[in-house]
Amino acid sequence: MKKLLTLVILFTSTIASAGTLVVNSNQSGEPSKSAFDAYVAAFSAAHPEVTVVVNEFEHEAYKTAIRNFLTAEAPDVAVWFAGNRMKFFVDQNLFQDVSDVWADAGLNDSMASTKGSLTVDGKQYGVPWGYYQWGVYYRKDLFDQLGLNAPRDWDEFKWVCAMLKKNGITPITIGTKFLWTAGGWFDYLNLRINGYQFHMDLTAGKVSYEDPRLDAVFDHWRELIDPGYFLEDHASFSWQDAQAPQINGEAAMYLIGNFYVPTFEAAGIGDQMDFFQFPTIYEGVGVAEDAPTDTMHIPSGAKNVEDAKKFLAFMSNKEAATNWAKMGGMLSPNKYADKPTNRFSIMGAKMLAAADDIAQFWDRDANPDMAGAAMEGFQEFMVKPDREDKIRARLEKERARIHGAL
Amino acid sequence: MTFWERNQLKLAPFLFLAPAIFVFLVYVIYPIFDSIWVSFHEWNGMDKSGVRANGNPNWEFVGLKNYITLFTDDEEFYVSLFNNIRWLIFSLLAVPIGLALALFVNQRILGIRYIKSLFYFPFVINAVVIGVIFTWFYNPKYGILSYVLNFFGLDPIPMLADENLATYGIIIASFFPGIAYTMILYITGLTGVSREMVEAGRIDGASGFTMLWHVILPQLRPATLIAIVVTLVGALRAFDLIAVMTAGGPWGSSEVLAYKMYQEALFNFRMGYGAAIATILFIIMDIYIAWFLYRLFKNERSEK
Repeated sequence: MKKLLTLVILFTSTIASAGTLVVNSNQSGEPSKSAFDAYVAAFSAAHPEVTVVVNEFEHEAYKTAIRNFLTAEAPDVAVWFAGNRMKFFVDQNLFQDVSDVWADAGLNDSMASTKGSLTVDGKQYGVPWGYYQWGVYYRKDLFDQLGLNAPRDWDEFKWVCAMLKKNGITPITIGTKFLWTAGGWFDYLNLRINGYQFHMDLTAGKVSYEDPRLDAVFDHWRELIDPGYFLEDHASFSWQDAQAPQINGEAAMYLIGNFYVPTFEAAGIGDQMDFFQFPTIYEGVGVAEDAPTDTMHIPSGAKNVEDAKKFLAFMSNKEAATNWAKMGGMLSPNKYADKPTNRFSIMGAKMLAAADDIAQFWDRDANPDMAGAAMEGFQEFMVKPDREDKIRARLEKERARIHGAL
Repeated sequence: MTFWERNQLKLAPFLFLAPAIFVFLVYVIYPIFDSIWVSFHEWNGMDKSGVRANGNPNWEFVGLKNYITLFTDDEEFYVSLFNNIRWLIFSLLAVPIGLALALFVNQRILGIRYIKSLFYFPFVINAVVIGVIFTWFYNPKYGILSYVLNFFGLDPIPMLADENLATYGIIIASFFPGIAYTMILYITGLTGVSREMVEAGRIDGASGFTMLWHVILPQLRPATLIAIVVTLVGALRAFDLIAVMTAGGPWGSSEVLAYKMYQEALFNFRMGYGAAIATILFIIMDIYIAWFLYRLFKNERSEK
């Protein structure tokens, strides 16, 4: 399939002339696909002189395909992610500077909140189109039965876990088979304990994994692991598998992104679910949240740069920006976009607006091989916490190989 | 007579073979040498003349460094190698089980044809589907395995989440299509077993296991050889089931060389390192294939 699509790209981009805009997209699967199609339709209506050709890729396959097509046969616009994932291609000179689009389309004002994650050395290399919050999605009905409230700090959180466990309910569901869900736990523990700047230094490879400041992170994690608050045998489950215990009412809480909402609403427990922000651990540590941002970029090899810039600048269009984000279950980075209507998106928007800092997520902030090795270590720690020293030593060795000695 | 008319018979085969040889050279032989070349470099898979964020070039000659790291500084490499050995040894169980099934279905009973095709069915299913089915089967919360264990009052076994069991769990899943294939090989072999020899054996008083061991099995030797070879090659190539069932986990404990190569090259941006793993896998396979070809030629010569 991937090969076929690559062929399609080769073909379309060689016949592409002025007025044809080739867009490579990973927005496959519903509802992302219709949301993206709606944006393209709105753009085509506003710019009838441009013919948009969309090459749609399966979401996971896109992550490897992009390296090929950016160097071999670049489209005019590529959908991608902010943060380190974008920076990698910027460092390779594969994405163009689009600071002029930001200035001309007024994005510096309307998208100020996400500007940082699209900026390298003071220049912008892409335009965001959506982002979403992470947090704890929980069964309000189970909490109510036991007279529990959404916890605000670490002690309350542990108490809630203990009460749930005592009543035969798995406090926290998680599926770590594909590792990244464990990255979410590490992100939040580290952000709440050591704060945003330390977390960013760690993901940039400037801090050792054996640094004593990380001791508290693993100690707090253990306070949940040792009493068995996480779903048993979570290494067997994907993030989708781990939904089942919560939908069946056997597990109460799930630390996950807002993309979970359509699933549990479709499963018929939308009314029983609620959301809370990851609890505070240390007072005085600035509140940072994970909010992965999805973006659009113009590859350096783009042939139709003029129209590509129009396509990116179209995000300043309030209706188009609102629609794309809303239909895809995301929040729009455009502050003039209509407010979301789904209650989980409303809570997310409020939480993120109040946050001191926004992180992208472990595997988007960290270098790809470091992210993978670390998440494997986190998974191992969650099952075999006694191996903490060994795991951290291994991660430090890996960090030194990738980022150099400190 | 023109040159063409004189040599037509000699040249024609080569002309017909030319497209296949060309494709083989370009898509098989060249990539092998290219991979070996890449394995002496550090390369992140991007433009070879480009520069990384830390100032190092994307493509840099490092000699044997990748191999040295693999052997001296990468625990996961030994885990993968050891798992490959486990695959090689345990997947061979598919051969005797396939033989037993072949003997079982090689009887004249009403409806045995349907039973045969049922046993063969797993071989026709895509490996990914088999992986998904077995993942559900092993699911420690809702899987059949845990129901059965529960019925006998036992705790569920998290096959795929246990670092010591995961590889065995996947090997068992690989039996599903593997046994079907060896069974078919043996069924074909059994049709060629000489009736006279069986009769002669019976007259000499052989029956049951003695008959199987001394009369039937020697005649099934070609089938056994192919069954073993195909099973071993399958074991060395094991990848799809691992990707679907555990993604190499938990924490890399069910990785094999082929999976580690894929992981390093495509996800960790370490093309050179991945190529070094591929080269080692290639050498292991080569030793085995050389041995196999040697056996094959020797057998053919003795038959002549």
